[in-house]
Parts: sequence; C-alpha cells; structure tokens
Amino acid sequence: MEQIFFFYFAFVIAATSVLVIAMRNPVYSALALLIMFFHVAGLYVTLHAEFLAAVQIIVYAGAILVLYLFVVMLLNLKQDDRYHRQWPMAAGVGMMLFVEAIILTGMKGWTAPLVPTGSETTVEEAGNTEVIGDVLYSTYLFPFEVASLILLVAMIGAIILAKKDLLEVHSNG
Amino acid sequence: MTIPLSYYLVLSGIVFLTGVIGVLLRRNIIIILLSVELMLNATNINFVAFSQYFHDVAGQVFVFFALTVAAAEVAVGLAIIVALYRAKSTINVDEFQLLKW
Repeated sequence: MEQIFFFYFAFVIAATSVLVIAMRNPVYSALALLIMFFHVAGLYVTLHAEFLAAVQIIVYAGAILVLYLFVVMLLNLKQDDRYHRQWPMAAGVGMMLFVEAIILTGMKGWTAPLVPTGSETTVEEAGNTEVIGDVLYSTYLFPFEVASLILLVAMIGAIILAKKDLLEVHSNG
Repeated sequence: MTIPLSYYLVLSGIVFLTGVIGVLLRRNIIIILLSVELMLNATNINFVAFSQYFHDVAGQVFVFFALTVAAAEVAVGLAIIVALYRAKSTINVDEFQLLKW
C-alpha cells in the first residue's frame, strides 16, 4: 500500500517537473509546478511530516506560485520563447550527470540499511507540529531569528527593486 | 517503513537534474526561476526522507529554513525580473548582455 502511494507520487512529481521545463507557455509551466507542489506535500504526509505538508501547500502553492502567476500576467509575454542558444553544451552537461546517476545507481550496496541513530528527538513521540516547534524554538532559535531577518531584507529589497522612480518621488516630496 | 531510502534519493535526483537542465536550457527567465524552485524542492524531499529515516526532526526544521530562503529568493528574483522588463522590454536572457565580457 505504501509502495503504491510512493510510486504514484514519485511518478507525478517526475512527470510534472519535466513538464515545467518543457512547456512553452509560462502559465502552463507554473500550473504544472502547482501540481508538483501538491504531490510533494502528499509525499511529506507519507513520510510523517504533516506540518511540512501543510506549510508546503500554504507557502509554495499559496504564496510563491501566485507571485509567479502575477508576474507572468504583469509582463504580458509574447510567444518568442525558445530554447537557449547554448543548448548543445547544456545537453552535454545533462548527459554527463545522467550517466553519473546511472553509474551510482548501479553500484553495489547502495540499498544497504544504515543504522538509525535516533539520538536527539524521535519523530513519532508526540504530534509532528509539537516536536518541530519544540526543536525550532530551543535548538534552532538563532537560525530562526536569522530567517526572519532574511525575510525582512527580501521584503525591503523587493520593494526598492520593483518601485519605479524611487529617487524622483523623494526629490518631489 | 517499507520504502527504502534510496528510492527517495533517486526521485530527488531526478527532480534536481530536471531543474539543472531547465536552468541551462531555457531562455525565459521566469522558467529559469521555476527551475530553481524545482531544485529547492528536490533538496527538501531529501531532507524529509533523511529525517524520517534517522528519526531526527532536525531535517524537517531545515526544510523550514529552505522554504524561507525560497520565499525570499522568489520575492527578490521577481522584483529583479520586473525591473529588467521595465528597462529592456524583454525577459529573454540572451538579451541581457550588459555584464558580458
């Protein structure tokens, strides 16, 4: 049963991620990415990461993708989108990575079970959200605060970059 | 847990590779940013799979931080795209040659 779910999610994730880079129209690419985000959230649920599944849908599908769609509609794109001029080089690099992946897959002992340490916190102990909150606000308190700083800087930077005539407005006012 | 960890790693590798190819191959700068999102999601799948495997919740916390960085990156990246479009009236990366040596 778990395997059926995994292979369904994995197949849809792989297929839609290929669609994202294959579609000509950016709106279709964004919609394929939306389907992929939902299936990644489903994969998180099968991995007992329910909180992250909810956050994935809220942040990625709800905020980030809507931002993309807004920009796509704002820019009024024409259909002049073709592949990059350097595509032979890209194909070469992609081929090399692909061969490397196949070789790594064919290597022996790659399915050997590692020993789970389980030293710090176990996932199944309490609710998933509780455990994450506990660790986030104790062990990772400082990175958490730095993350809020990153968001603040990004917000200010986005406003300054996207504003049309910031200096002119200042000199007028 | 019947699914081996390596299946998740292969899935994540496929998605990451797709993102790399998208960055290298496409000329539409919006698709390039979407490909970066693909790569970030691939790493997130890895983090969650390892978190489940080692019974350590720190991996999920790191996904949280990766999500924050992704949101910041999207905000700044799209603002740059809008500013570029205002300046050049195109979002084709071949047209942006100002810094080309």
